[in-house]
Amino acid sequence: MKIPEQIKRLGAVLGAVIAVVLLLRLVILPADMFSAKPHQAAKVVREMAKPPHYAGMTRCRECHADIYETKYAGHHRNIGCENCHGAAAEHAAAPASTKPPLPTEREFCYTCHAFDPSRPNGFPQISPTEHNPGKKCIRCHDPHDPVPPVTPSECSACHGTIVQAKAASSHATVECTTCHQVAEQHFVDPHSALPTKPRDREFCGQCHGKDATEVAAPKVDMTSHGSAYKCWDCHYPHAPEMKR
Amino acid sequence: MMNIAVDPGLVEQLAHQLSQVVGFIYPNEVEIQWAILIVVYPYITGIVAGAFILASLVKVFNVVEVQPIYRLALLTALAFMLIAGMPLNLHLGHPERSYEIFFTPQPTSAMAMFGFVYLWYLTAVLLVEVWFEYRVHFIQMAERTKGFVGGIYRVLSLFSSDVSPEAIAFDKKASKFVTVIGIPSAFLLHGYVGFIFGSIKANPWWSSVLMPIVFLMSAIVSGIAMVMIVYTVLNLVRKQKIDMVCLNKIGLFLLVAIIVDFALEALDQIHRIYQAEESIHILGELVSGRLFTSLVIVQLLIGMAVPLVLLVIARMQRIGDDLRRLLYFSSALLLQIGIFSMRWNVVIGGQLYSKSFRGLMEYKMEITGIESLMMALVLLALPFIILTFLVKVLPTEKAH
Amino acid sequence: MNKRDFLKGAALAIPAAGLLQTLTRVAEGEDLSTAATMTGDYDATQHWYGMGVDIDKCIGCNRCVEACKTENNVPQEPFFFRTWIERYTIKADGEVTVACVSTQPARGEETPPVDPDVLRTFFVPKLCNQCANPPCVQVCPVGATFQSVDGVVLVDETRCIGCRYCIQACPYGARYLNPETHTADKCTFCYHRITKGLQPACVEVCPTQARIFGDFKDEASRLERFERMNQISVLKPDMNTRPKVRYAHLDGEVR
Repeated sequence: MKIPEQIKRLGAVLGAVIAVVLLLRLVILPADMFSAKPHQAAKVVREMAKPPHYAGMTRCRECHADIYETKYAGHHRNIGCENCHGAAAEHAAAPASTKPPLPTEREFCYTCHAFDPSRPNGFPQISPTEHNPGKKCIRCHDPHDPVPPVTPSECSACHGTIVQAKAASSHATVECTTCHQVAEQHFVDPHSALPTKPRDREFCGQCHGKDATEVAAPKVDMTSHGSAYKCWDCHYPHAPEMKR
Repeated sequence: MMNIAVDPGLVEQLAHQLSQVVGFIYPNEVEIQWAILIVVYPYITGIVAGAFILASLVKVFNVVEVQPIYRLALLTALAFMLIAGMPLNLHLGHPERSYEIFFTPQPTSAMAMFGFVYLWYLTAVLLVEVWFEYRVHFIQMAERTKGFVGGIYRVLSLFSSDVSPEAIAFDKKASKFVTVIGIPSAFLLHGYVGFIFGSIKANPWWSSVLMPIVFLMSAIVSGIAMVMIVYTVLNLVRKQKIDMVCLNKIGLFLLVAIIVDFALEALDQIHRIYQAEESIHILGELVSGRLFTSLVIVQLLIGMAVPLVLLVIARMQRIGDDLRRLLYFSSALLLQIGIFSMRWNVVIGGQLYSKSFRGLMEYKMEITGIESLMMALVLLALPFIILTFLVKVLPTEKAH
Repeated sequence: MNKRDFLKGAALAIPAAGLLQTLTRVAEGEDLSTAATMTGDYDATQHWYGMGVDIDKCIGCNRCVEACKTENNVPQEPFFFRTWIERYTIKADGEVTVACVSTQPARGEETPPVDPDVLRTFFVPKLCNQCANPPCVQVCPVGATFQSVDGVVLVDETRCIGCRYCIQACPYGARYLNPETHTADKCTFCYHRITKGLQPACVEVCPTQARIFGDFKDEASRLERFERMNQISVLKPDMNTRPKVRYAHLDGEVR
């Protein structure tokens, strides 16, 4: 049977299109246009070749070993030099050509040390308006060895959130040291000498038991009230309020 | 330390959008990634698929009442199809690289399939279908006209000359065959857009098995309604009588399509509300707040409920043909608004809430520029300009 | 159409199939090397990078964000981030408030007060999780974003067409469109640093060692210890992205 003219015409168009496509694909255009893989490989090479802007602490040590050793012995040991002095790879490559900035303003230290309740418990913080306002931090604290000139006597230096919560609570007049025995060492190297915590219910009974008549505090019958538990299983000691 | 110079227009837009954020968003979410152009695209391809499905009712399902609009529906589909790729290309960060979708398509990406589905539908379905439909016309025009224009007609006929009854019968058979292939192709053309959204597990407003189906059904609604509009306007301009039997039949299909579309969209939302997954809270805030006007007022009320009522009234026996035509036309226009806003509510709506489920963003549409209101209006006008040219040059009354 | 015509048509299928076969053979035979495994002395197959983040240590200083922007030329404007810090505040009545520290102006003199109703409050650093099953790579239409052999998801800025599909697909909001190159961009684990034995910039500057970087293939590494000594969580595990950024002490309210 003869092929209808329409099929011949459409077939010719289709054939021409296929021919052009094949020509482009197999002959004219380079093979790497049809695969992503060689380009991905080239991208990896390109990415690896990018120059770093941060040199890294160990690089700074090569020329500034004395400062590095000082810092390594103190509280700022884990802070990269470039955290405060900015990216210094260019300086490391050509020290004379560019000097990293030396931040001296008070506001610079606020980034880490201004009081913020979301920071973890135990992190040293100050109130910018109360702690030597107007004075540069570096006048008293060497940034490479920031040990305070005077050992902090207040627990609020590192435990501000707890201190503030306690100050607004019914335990406001209870000193931290009433419940926690703190060795001198704790103020110098906190993690090496942790303060003690009360071990048993009877400790709280010293103020809150029915027998503790000389202390002005709410009283409970220590033998029956929550007798299976420690007091702080239910009452947050730093804000022991009962109802909202 | 070098700072990249960011386009000040973009900075202004993003600064405004950042100031309108409620709650918490991931910081990169302040920029709405898929904006007005990505709303325009599914609207346009939806009309392509819908108009084609309407035409297929004649060829495949032998609904003879709708025969008068067969050619017009085809031309409508073609006019919109020619523009469909433009919003996508304009939206790209690098339109000059868009050929990469053809050269190195990644098989795991639904978007990679777009290029091939689009090409397949444009060539193997629409152009072939149009060719079979108008081949005899091209041959006749080639004989009648001389010179350059005559040459164009000869090329359009692909240099065929057979107008015998057998050839014409073959045209009809082939046309039917292409339409049969065309229906699932149309489903694929628009269904895959729904799949692109529906398969993004990161976004619970989009992630739904029903998304491709919902997109397709709303496409059918918009396509049928568009053909209704074009048919009415064309006959008005040509001062010709509208075939009321045809229009009534289209109205019936439109009514059924709206009901099915609404049922599916309602099912999608009911299911979402019933399951009440974690995202339900922020989505509830979204729908009752930033998306309320465009979803409840524009899409549901103005864009679906009112046209549905108008259609039901239009199908009543006792009203006159003039009123009936007016009701059909108004309903079809409102449906366009409704389906467009459905695209908006899906595309933009899905980007107005944070994936942290804790915040809401805003989209400030630019008036001018590439991704802008002006560009959207131009892109929406272009298919009509093309269609005007097509109906001037090609006959729209039925031949066979 | 009768049987003879059908068979004639079918006969055409044979050369067509042959053509297809030839094409496939040609495609396979072409020397298109797979992703780079060896570049100079660096053998990517020996590494599978990851990061550990300890929520208990983050002080929310935002230095990591600044360092990242410096190291990687990320625009300074607060709309584009490869990494950022979130602040969570959880009250006794269950209300959770989250804020982005990195988009807010620099800390001034005033200090936020302590709210007695707050049960927990902490900072969460976020970054690209360099997922082992990355949805962003899955949806890229042209293969411009890909996972390197050593586990870092990179974007080829010379081939990305800027369609933004990957940005939509990321459940973590880690990606953005670079306003200069108009291509997708994100954290690369400072690939150019880690392949030279350096730490990513964010890890380098973190003052409290809240971020640690490591190699899952390295038995003796900080990451190995981190995974051994902590209960590990990842963000949005239900998305099955298998993130390689591991969190210790991550609160259940973090999304």
